[in-house]
Amino acid sequence: MARSDSAAEDREVLDAEDVQRALTRIAHEVLERNKGAQSVVLLGIPTRGVPLAERLAERISEVEGSQVPFGSLDITMFRDDLRLRPARGLGRTELPAGGIDDAVVVLVDDVLFSGRSIRAALDALGELGRPRSVQLAVLVDRGHRQFPIRADYVGKNLPTSTRETVRVLVAEVDGQDAVLIGGSEPRSIETDGETSS
Amino acid sequence: MSASAPARRYLIKGASILGGESHDLLLADGLIAAIGSAAGDGADSGTETLDAFGLVALPGLVDLHTHLREPGREDAETVASGSAAAAVGGFTAVHAMANTDPVADTAGVVEQVWHLGRRAGLCDVYPVGAVTVGLGGSELAELGAMAESAARVRIFSDDGKCVSDAVLMRRALEYVKAFDGVVAQHAQEPRLTEGAQMNEGTVSGVLGLRGWPAVAEESIIARDVLLAGHVGSRLHVCHVSTAGSVEILRWAKGKGIDVTAEVTPHHLFLTDELVRSYDPRYKVNPPLRTQDDVDALRRGLADGTIDAVATDHAPHSLEDKDCEWAAAAMGMVGLETAVGVVASAMVETGLLDWAEVADRMSVRPAQIGRLKGQGRPIAAGEPANLVLIDSATRYTVDPTTMLSRSRNTPYAGAELAARPVATFLRGRLTAREGEVEA
Amino acid sequence: MTRHLLSAADLSFGDATLILDTADELARLSDRPVKKLPTLRGRTVVNLFFEDSTRTRISFEAAAKRLSADVINFSAKGSSVSKGESLKDTALTLEAMGADAVVIRHGASGAPHTLAHSGWIGGSIVNAGDGTHEHPTQALLDAFTMRKHLTTLEGRKVVVVGDVLHSRVARSNVLLLATLGADVTLVAPPTLLPVGIDSWPCAYSYDLDSSLAGADAVMMLRVQQERMNAAFFPSVREYSRRYGLDGDRMARLPDHSIVMHPGPMNRGLEITAEVADSERAVIVEQVTNGVSVRMAVLYLLLGGSDSALSGAE
Repeated sequence: MARSDSAAEDREVLDAEDVQRALTRIAHEVLERNKGAQSVVLLGIPTRGVPLAERLAERISEVEGSQVPFGSLDITMFRDDLRLRPARGLGRTELPAGGIDDAVVVLVDDVLFSGRSIRAALDALGELGRPRSVQLAVLVDRGHRQFPIRADYVGKNLPTSTRETVRVLVAEVDGQDAVLIGGSEPRSIETDGETSS
Repeated sequence: MSASAPARRYLIKGASILGGESHDLLLADGLIAAIGSAAGDGADSGTETLDAFGLVALPGLVDLHTHLREPGREDAETVASGSAAAAVGGFTAVHAMANTDPVADTAGVVEQVWHLGRRAGLCDVYPVGAVTVGLGGSELAELGAMAESAARVRIFSDDGKCVSDAVLMRRALEYVKAFDGVVAQHAQEPRLTEGAQMNEGTVSGVLGLRGWPAVAEESIIARDVLLAGHVGSRLHVCHVSTAGSVEILRWAKGKGIDVTAEVTPHHLFLTDELVRSYDPRYKVNPPLRTQDDVDALRRGLADGTIDAVATDHAPHSLEDKDCEWAAAAMGMVGLETAVGVVASAMVETGLLDWAEVADRMSVRPAQIGRLKGQGRPIAAGEPANLVLIDSATRYTVDPTTMLSRSRNTPYAGAELAARPVATFLRGRLTAREGEVEA
Repeated sequence: MTRHLLSAADLSFGDATLILDTADELARLSDRPVKKLPTLRGRTVVNLFFEDSTRTRISFEAAAKRLSADVINFSAKGSSVSKGESLKDTALTLEAMGADAVVIRHGASGAPHTLAHSGWIGGSIVNAGDGTHEHPTQALLDAFTMRKHLTTLEGRKVVVVGDVLHSRVARSNVLLLATLGADVTLVAPPTLLPVGIDSWPCAYSYDLDSSLAGADAVMMLRVQQERMNAAFFPSVREYSRRYGLDGDRMARLPDHSIVMHPGPMNRGLEITAEVADSERAVIVEQVTNGVSVRMAVLYLLLGGSDSALSGAE
């Protein structure tokens, strides 16, 4: 499954500033919806969901003046496609000190696609405690859901064909912020890498 | 040609005698009746002609060291099946080791084995008598009785075990002088090799298998050559496996000590690196050693320090090999592949020519065993004990076609440089193209 | 891609690091309310122990169960005279039961190798200790423990003391630590070092005191008293005096050094009670880490469609 080999083929649909604004907006939406940051816990899904969650937490804390707990939730062990390829290395799962019981957990991921990753995240969450409610924030929703999953907070809705690839770049991991659409080689969202959700 | 009665006469055309000039051979009445142009003259309507162009003719091979397992382990081999394997391998005489069950330590058992050999009729079976009762290492067996029996035992060995008691070894060496016998020692100091699984060296250290150090063989050989020299006896050393042993033998012969020695085909060819697979096909006693040992053994055989190649044919049933290393029996079959391995290890490498192979695999072994009629020159009037060898075609070893009852060969799938294609025992064709003749 | 874990030499630097990193993540499981992951659900792991070892067997059992695998314990204590039928027929039975992995401990060096290459079993073979040959998961949990305390193994000085000749723990540790870039020194009386040790990727010494200087980790191996009867050393007293780790020797170690032991310990022979119970000794922690490391191994071998281990180059 070769990627289109020149980044020049990738179109930038969100630049660094767009990403920043989207995150700021999501932060406000989270506060609005939950009437403040009381009981809110942000959990980023590795890899790129984690720095996004951290940035959201920062913004929320700036507005509210109090620290919002955040952490990471690795979903590798709960993926439904585990047995389709060799076992993968694990990402970090780190819950904030207060745990997630009775918390409003906001899952944070870069791209929402099939919805399978979020289903796995819900299973993973279930083993860690009992949140009061779970919400989902994504930077990009590219459609093509295979599961009844929807995001509560979306940075950008990006209708795509399944033959296109969506790449999110995050400064902490990739050196810059951007959202790129690339290539038109056939690509099964079943076996997408971690960029699919 | 009539399918029922075997031909009494054979005309072998164009065989390269001892790898040298090609001549015709006429075999009649158990003898080589004629060689050369005269051979064709003696052919009649009852003579079968064999086209031997491109084949090497050697005197029938004599094995000083074979395990035929009967009596006691007929599931692994019998005298009959072992004789068949020997015939196919080009042997006209084999010495059957005494570690049977019951042990061949009496005239009764050796005569039984001898009779079984005659009944099979495919090669001459010479039973080896045990040195000590039950191979126990403490009491001399009735060596004289065995020597005088119908089996006429001349070689005595506790092979499988070492005659480690120095006094007992001395007595045995002295005693056999009375009937021109020889003690064939399995050199393995028992305390240094308790529980040993493979050669002691770099590989054993890595594999976690208890080592069998070369010094356990060399120290016994050193002691025994000195004893033999002191009491004025012949000594024969079985399956020499280390470079150090070759040096000791060279020294001893240089001193005029009457010692002879044999080496197995596998010790000329395989090393302990193969044990890294933990495959019990490579488990043998004495164990496979290092490349340096292999090289020294080849040089020793080439220069005559080692007198003979002896197979140490050791059949084992499947259960005894199809298991983890520690539980596996030690030994490899070797009668059917001996010629091929020696060809690959010694002839192809230019260390021996075919005439010298004849010396190491027929002439000298026959002398050591005091066998009349074996290991004779290929000349008119000599007994027609012959093997024809195809040294031009490489062949791949297929254990499923072997005649031995056991299949524990390390050469399965290996390509060897030569194979015997016809064997004659006193003028009678015993084996042809890997099958025995009825 | 390697399906089996038979020897520490089977692991590349990448494999070893992947196992340790995965174990790191899995270790956090014990802090959670539900100490279980569904990953190996439906997989069957058989513990095939021909030698007594409650500690190791329980460790593997816990590891498999925490990953939701089905565990079958097969304790086949064969006598020393028992033939290979036990191994082959046992293996064929396990195959018929559908074992995805067989964790085997056996008294014969090479038995896991035989199992893996015989064609009797289709699943993954994990060596839990074979004779005096290897014990790869022990080396992995030792490396994991060292890495936790020393941050990295690269360039660290590790001293392993004891009956190296008969120790599968020593062999696996030397191989794995070399792969991970540590400097290993083996210390033992000459009788307990194998022939050919010059070719091993480590140094060796007959003197303990000089070898302890600058050591980041000291691993004491169990010495069996029966070795005394086979003249490997003259007496327990002389052995512990020359090669035992006592309080005085421990005091001369750098402050950050840790003391390890694969267990079970002979208190008073190779290690004194003072040392075993001191703060430097991470022996109990090794046992805890054993479960995480074994979980990592089982996950990486069985969790996906294929093994995630690439095997040594």
